[in-house]
Amino acid sequence: MTAVAPPRPAAPVRRNRPALMGRAPQDTPAGVGTYLLLAVTMLFAVFPLYWMFVIATSNDEALAKLPPAVVPGDRFMTNVEEVFSLQDVFFAASMVNSVIVSVVVTASVLFFCSLAGFAFAKLRFAGRNALMLFVVLTLTVPNQLGIVALYIVMGKLGWNGTLLAVIAPGLVTAFGVFYMRQFIVNSVPDELVESARVDGASTMRVYWNIVLPAIRPALAVLGLLTFVATWNDFQWPLITLSGSDYPTSMVAISDLASGNYVIYRRVLAGAFIATVPLLIMLFIGGRQIVRGIMEGAVKS
Amino acid sequence: MSTTRAAPASSGRGAAHGRGGSGADERRLSWRNRLYRFDMRYMPYLLIAPFFLLFVLFGLFPLIFNGVVALRNYRLDDPTLPYWAGVENFTRLFGDEDFWNALYNTFGIFLLSSVPQLLLALIVASLLNRKLRLQTWWRVGMLLPYVTPIVASSMVFSVFFSRDFGMANWALGLFGYGSPEAPIDWRADKTHSWIAIATMVNWKWIGYNALLYLAAMQSIPRDVYEASAIDGAGPWRQLWRITVPMIQPIIVFTVVLSTIGGLQLFTEPMLFDPNAQTATGGPNGEWQTIAQLIYKVGWKDLNLGYAAAMSWALFLIILVVAGINTLLTNRLSGGRR
Repeated sequence: MTAVAPPRPAAPVRRNRPALMGRAPQDTPAGVGTYLLLAVTMLFAVFPLYWMFVIATSNDEALAKLPPAVVPGDRFMTNVEEVFSLQDVFFAASMVNSVIVSVVVTASVLFFCSLAGFAFAKLRFAGRNALMLFVVLTLTVPNQLGIVALYIVMGKLGWNGTLLAVIAPGLVTAFGVFYMRQFIVNSVPDELVESARVDGASTMRVYWNIVLPAIRPALAVLGLLTFVATWNDFQWPLITLSGSDYPTSMVAISDLASGNYVIYRRVLAGAFIATVPLLIMLFIGGRQIVRGIMEGAVKS
Repeated sequence: MSTTRAAPASSGRGAAHGRGGSGADERRLSWRNRLYRFDMRYMPYLLIAPFFLLFVLFGLFPLIFNGVVALRNYRLDDPTLPYWAGVENFTRLFGDEDFWNALYNTFGIFLLSSVPQLLLALIVASLLNRKLRLQTWWRVGMLLPYVTPIVASSMVFSVFFSRDFGMANWALGLFGYGSPEAPIDWRADKTHSWIAIATMVNWKWIGYNALLYLAAMQSIPRDVYEASAIDGAGPWRQLWRITVPMIQPIIVFTVVLSTIGGLQLFTEPMLFDPNAQTATGGPNGEWQTIAQLIYKVGWKDLNLGYAAAMSWALFLIILVVAGINTLLTNRLSGGRR
């Protein structure tokens, strides 16, 4: 009896453990420690953005202080006005250009990629599988590697230095077609397409009346991701627009930051202005962006 | 699917059959019918045509044409050179110190950014993989760095990592590392500049990768955890022995993604340099990456042929490294079980 006694207190613990541990992590309520660690993570994510705003609102001395300034100043409008009135950077024009490029590219990607995605998902045609395989294979090829030749192509077309050169390579993406196809396969019932066919609906009518309404959520996700990526693109716009009067906002910011004497409160004021549209998008469409990224992960 | 699948067949073979059957059917093959057949047979191609046209023109063709340019003397400032250069641009690579230096830098920064990035993302994902209040907002918050333009964040980090009055030096000083009298010059040597640039990359991508991992974690069947609890595995062991092997495909995917992205690093090293326009990556190329060197050779030295050859070299390097990393990750994350 005495030999059995010692393990006894351990027994209930052992019996409890499976009940507690057997739960999947996502069913386990987060403890204080988890919240604390998440809060620290969030602090790291937010701080550079917050500090961009601090410097954008400060005078020159804020950057030469120890401990560093962490409270916003009152010079935001002054700095912004300075950025916009610089003669050799064209900041206002660059913001307009960024809007034009991002809107055109996003609209084009949504339209052409959903058309192609629809064809690959719901229509039968010879070569369909081979062509789709081609799309999937090109997903991982970084077209940045063709950048030298792209510059030469744009030179032959006479587009270098214009927004056309920035817009054209972004008009369609293999990812867009892939993503749209996946979504349409899963969300547009074949029966719906069939019955519309029986009623004599043409392919375009099916696309317009059945597919488009069904894929609105996917359009939102792809649109947001495309807009963000296009707005933030730097390397290609820098190459093709260098020295032109039509920079995008990213190129304009790098112009602000070049030269012998860089005024960082201006640079960061410009950077902040160019970041705000994206922060607003994240605030409004964050749910969609998160879902899009996570859905993409499971499918791939 | 059955009707749509059958449709082209019936409009082709079926209609032909009907035509052979009786003359009345033939007359009824009206113009509306022909339109229908066109719609069934050719419309799919019209729908995919814009994508393929644009993609081939601005994506695929440049990639292939790049190979031709690499075999040519393509100097923007000297059109008098002979048209073909043969493999000269490629052989020149082997003896080019700048290229090897850039390759070394690229790999150094890549290691310092991808490994911590994916490990931290894994931990953040497992934090997010709990029943959380305000769940959506935690997830959206993790994407703040992802939507922030790299140009903007690189400027902020450039100021963070300034030698005098930089926030990084100040914060390290709080932990007794470095001193105001002898501050760390983050742009003076490879190690420090690599760390600074890797920090920018890590900041940008941890949250994004965490969401990818989170998605995979939530699709792990719940009974796997039930089974594991019988062995008495704690959360940490659970993460490494169950979760990681179960989400292995997505880990491989992120490794490939970060290899492709990391080896083409451009914006961060460009803007870390106060003289960004020169694209030298520091006074002695301390942190010049290959993408930067390609830019410099092509658009500062105006030697597009050589820049094209470098792009092809980088392409091959990415292929090889992505392949090796896939194998490695498969071993490491799957072999634990």
